[in-house]
Amino acid sequence: MPETLLDVVGLRVRFGGAVEAVRGISFTVERGETHCLVGESGCGKSVTALAVMDLLARGATRTAERLSYAGTNLLSLGERGMARLRGDRIAMIFQEPMTSLNPAYTIGSQMAEILTRHRRVSRAAALDRAGDLLARVGITAPGMRLAQYPHQLSGGLRQRVMIAMALMCEPDLLIADEPTTALDVTVQAQILRLLRTLQSELGLAMLLITHDLGVVAHVAQRVSVMYAGEIVETAPVGELFRAPTHPYTAGLLACVPVPGSVRRDEPLGSIPGTVPRLASGFRGCAFRDRCAHAMAACAEAAPEHLAGEAHRYLCQLPPDWIRDRAA
Amino acid sequence: MIRTLATLLGAVIVLGTLIVAICAPLLAPHDPFVQDLSLRMVPPAWMEGGTTAHLLGTDQLGRDYLSRLIAGARISMLIGIATVMLSGAIGTTLGVLGGYFGGWVDDVVMFVITCRLAIPVILVALSVVSLLGSSLTLVVMTLGLLLWDRFAVVARTTAMQVRTLDYIAAARAAGCSRAYILVREVLPNIRHHLVVVATLEMALAILLEAALSFLGLGVPAPLPSWGLMISEAKDYMYFTPWVIMVPGVALFVLVLGINLLGDGLRDRLGAARDA
Repeated sequence: MPETLLDVVGLRVRFGGAVEAVRGISFTVERGETHCLVGESGCGKSVTALAVMDLLARGATRTAERLSYAGTNLLSLGERGMARLRGDRIAMIFQEPMTSLNPAYTIGSQMAEILTRHRRVSRAAALDRAGDLLARVGITAPGMRLAQYPHQLSGGLRQRVMIAMALMCEPDLLIADEPTTALDVTVQAQILRLLRTLQSELGLAMLLITHDLGVVAHVAQRVSVMYAGEIVETAPVGELFRAPTHPYTAGLLACVPVPGSVRRDEPLGSIPGTVPRLASGFRGCAFRDRCAHAMAACAEAAPEHLAGEAHRYLCQLPPDWIRDRAA
Repeated sequence: MIRTLATLLGAVIVLGTLIVAICAPLLAPHDPFVQDLSLRMVPPAWMEGGTTAHLLGTDQLGRDYLSRLIAGARISMLIGIATVMLSGAIGTTLGVLGGYFGGWVDDVVMFVITCRLAIPVILVALSVVSLLGSSLTLVVMTLGLLLWDRFAVVARTTAMQVRTLDYIAAARAAGCSRAYILVREVLPNIRHHLVVVATLEMALAILLEAALSFLGLGVPAPLPSWGLMISEAKDYMYFTPWVIMVPGVALFVLVLGINLLGDGLRDRLGAARDA
């Protein structure tokens, strides 16, 4: 039985009382596992990551029934306790490598800072470790890079530096918010491969946030699909791609063109409509206006169904609706 | 090219004045306080009746004008630098706090800035100095406590921009405290803006000191401030115009140099960041 590292139950995030960006989601990240949060822009996936880290902007309020990290209750930890955890046990990397490094300091001093902040080590020892990690994430001539400033590095290099920096304290959990979105496609593949290697070699758990199903297929073990602030479906990655059960997931996967199987004159798949803006107090399924299978019951909160052992989804439709339709 | 030359010229003027100010006692050919009534109003060396013993001539009390100018450079630079340090500390602290934390902190900071802007600098400086008597420390304190508004405004807006950048979020995600983020992450990234403000404020402080001294409320005589020299010379300017031109030109050149340097620094530092 793997140990549950991050345990989130009923997480809600409100902005100024009027808009609810995250509407009671629950998920876990096991030790050594990669859990992907997928969804389109504005579905609340980045807000979820920030809420876990307690880094939400002013005006946002976070509530949860349970939010614990390795048995520690994060809800009652306070700013000081969170600061001790951040960067040490839970590290985070951001979408935009071009601006995530402080332009005023060298790579080496920024990396060493993380370690000396959380551990009793000398600066020289911290710089040594920084150099080792730079080599580890595939940066050649790490000694030279340590002395360079962020503007001397390319986007892909900076994201590698960010990853190395996140690993300084050997965290158990890495939260990566769209780590490859801002990079070129070829660099994206390199970074994904790197993340996967590091994850398996270091036994790192990852909460990976993305809108890119290709990324999900590459690195995830478990996937949660978010729509309008809710997790509408959670499943092991193979099962999700093989048998998507929530109509939104099915629709999303139908939108991904598969080279070779899409005919030239065939239109690409799409989901009609747009995401509704959700005020707090919204009831029922948020997808019902765009859903081909909507029924009267969809105005009520959708029940959670099990489509497999670890495969849950939120919908009025029974688990075998797709098979029934096909039959 | 012209901009580079202008910056260079500004740097040379400021550095030169600074060196003169620091080495004043070594450079001055005479004691700037010693009077010699037999040698009053000797014109500069290049004019008719001038001597090489007094390159810039002497004033109405027979004191060597070059020595007084050099000693005055010390006063001007001291006032400029000390005022900027004081006002910079006040303004930057307020501005960074307001810009970074926002919310009610920012409201308070904005209110304080607005209140400060409602205070007429010259009038308050004049009344304070005339109430408490003139002294170098008082001039610096008064100007320093009055001239921080531009620091505060610039620090506030730049801190607001920096606050939203990812590396601040990254620093928070790495477990840095607020104080650490303010001092080590925000401040280094707005310092190039503040340097430019500092040059402007330094020029302003030097001019204000000259103005106060001219009105007889700045640095007390016989300290040789440039403003005081201009003030003392104004009675003689119709007959011996060089007595007012020498300190006037010195003041003009120094303030011009500081502003040229500030412009150049802004261009240079701005370009380095956009690269």
